[in-house]
Amino acid sequence: MSAAASYVLRLADLSLVLGQRLGEWIGHAPAIEEDLGLANTALDLIGQARLLLAYAGEIEGRGRSEDDLAFLREQGEFLNPVLAEQPNGDFGQTIVRQVLIDAFQLELYERLATSADARLAAIAAKSVKETRYHFRYSAGWLMRLGDGTEESRARVQSALEKFWPLTVELFAEDDLDRAMAEAGVAPRLDEVRAAWILRIEALLAEATLTRPADRTYSWFGKRGQHSEHLGYMLAEMQHLQRAHPGARW
Amino acid sequence: MNENRHWPLYEVFVRARGGLDHKHVGSLHAADARMAIDHARDLYTRREEGVSIWVVRSTDITASDPREADSLFEPARDKIYRHPTFYDIPDEVKTL
Repeated sequence: MSAAASYVLRLADLSLVLGQRLGEWIGHAPAIEEDLGLANTALDLIGQARLLLAYAGEIEGRGRSEDDLAFLREQGEFLNPVLAEQPNGDFGQTIVRQVLIDAFQLELYERLATSADARLAAIAAKSVKETRYHFRYSAGWLMRLGDGTEESRARVQSALEKFWPLTVELFAEDDLDRAMAEAGVAPRLDEVRAAWILRIEALLAEATLTRPADRTYSWFGKRGQHSEHLGYMLAEMQHLQRAHPGARW
Repeated sequence: MNENRHWPLYEVFVRARGGLDHKHVGSLHAADARMAIDHARDLYTRREEGVSIWVVRSTDITASDPREADSLFEPARDKIYRHPTFYDIPDEVKTL
């Protein structure tokens, strides 16, 4: 697979996997209003994934459709960061995972909107509006839970400690990221991180939460090295297409 | 369940387009006003129904008492001169 196709696939898989995770809340959220809120965000993410997967398939040029890429790839071929596949846990963990990724996608899409790749720029320009709302939603909840009761605060702080190391991967530039940045397709990840950390630190201060210490981290979902959680998620997500190949609505 | 464990109720008003009034569209539960706006956006404008949202705590609305309807509204019934129906409308006026 070409570098360009792999890069688009990384973006696609982040949205696809996170969208699938959020979808697991449907019918289980703490209130019916949250059920709809999470479902809306999930659908936005799946919509982004569809545009990106279709584009990745076109660049690849082997005739694979968005559905082929979503439902017929193995775990090791998924290129999402490991953070996105982490289980929902409690509502606080879901919100912390969401805030960290929303802020990342927001800074990323804002910059991708001026990408040298016109198709990617158009997808990013559409997605950034959705993502701005996603961040508003998750940031609102992080403030409520962080600056809430003793229990809600303890829960989101511990979720933050748990997920913080997994954010390293989002900004760890590898050869592929570097090549895309040099071609003017993608932004430099250190620039994205600088904007991301400002945004997150301001939010943590408002939520009265403590920024965890930075730690090293060496798992790379974006190169296909995943935690044990992704396989189970894919088993559920892909079951229908695997059991009934080509099934349609 | 303990009463204060429920989120308060908010009434939602949506302006469908610029120039139109905000119309009451329903109600929802939310912990605070910002959450009420978010929920209203997700519940009531997901099919592009609006360009502006108002939310107000249901308890902040003072309503007229239905039992007083007789004295509040019936006296207007025989005051037909309050309806501006005694004017000739010029032909040039197409819509009024």
